[in-house]
Amino acid sequence: MVCSKHPVSAAMFMIISLVGVAALFVLLEAFFLAVLQILVYAGAVMVLFLFIIMLLDVGPEGGKASKIKLISGLAGAFSISLLVVVFLMMVQSSGWLGEASSWAPVVSTAELTTGDNLSFSTSVKSFGYGLMTKYMLPLQVSGFLLLAAMVGVIVLSKKGEEGTS
Amino acid sequence: MESVTPSHYLILALCLFSIGFFGVLLRRNLLLLLMSLELMLNGINLALVTFSRTSLNLDGSIFVFFIMTVAASEVAVGLALLVALYKKRRSVFSEDMNLVSN
Repeated sequence: MVCSKHPVSAAMFMIISLVGVAALFVLLEAFFLAVLQILVYAGAVMVLFLFIIMLLDVGPEGGKASKIKLISGLAGAFSISLLVVVFLMMVQSSGWLGEASSWAPVVSTAELTTGDNLSFSTSVKSFGYGLMTKYMLPLQVSGFLLLAAMVGVIVLSKKGEEGTS
Repeated sequence: MESVTPSHYLILALCLFSIGFFGVLLRRNLLLLLMSLELMLNGINLALVTFSRTSLNLDGSIFVFFIMTVAASEVAVGLALLVALYKKRRSVFSEDMNLVSN
């Protein structure tokens, strides 16, 4: 996706990788999140991206500004290698990944825990319970964030129209 | 045959994050830059779901839900900004987005 020159093909590869991540969510028994991933990312966000790509008629990018590319590539390689080294050091020092080499079985939906301690479950009901009890304030804040994003997008698109006319 | 362990999922999440990071650094098309940001967020989501599944705790999955909300609103605002910039500059490349020089 990063290497493809044309934006439309990059978006297609992005859709493939998003569906792949949704399949991994299914394997991790997070079915609700897999459905949400397909609906939100592959359904809404990528359609929006493709719409904007085709609206602006973006062509493939040329080959200039290679010096900046080299410097940022070197910086990226350095930081990613730093991340990998820290990851490996954490694995070696804690031994966490070696211990958790087997998957614990998921608790059945009948014995949903109540209170603040939410246990992992495959049902959507436990999601709703967690959102409505422990994460009530973040849920409202994210709803307000969506409202603010909607108002912001409307204001931005209106301002652009006035600027050109 | 070796079975799939949580560390494999974490390594894949690290790979997704790094690919998105390189995309943010190397691409000059702002649309592709936003898409690489989405890829980074996807890597984080995968790591969060893996930790949530291994520790049998639902908090990580609920966090993924909130991250998806924030990512969707971020994409909407980012694309609106991009369209507004395109109307002014007639370009979506990051080297044309300078205010002072040239």
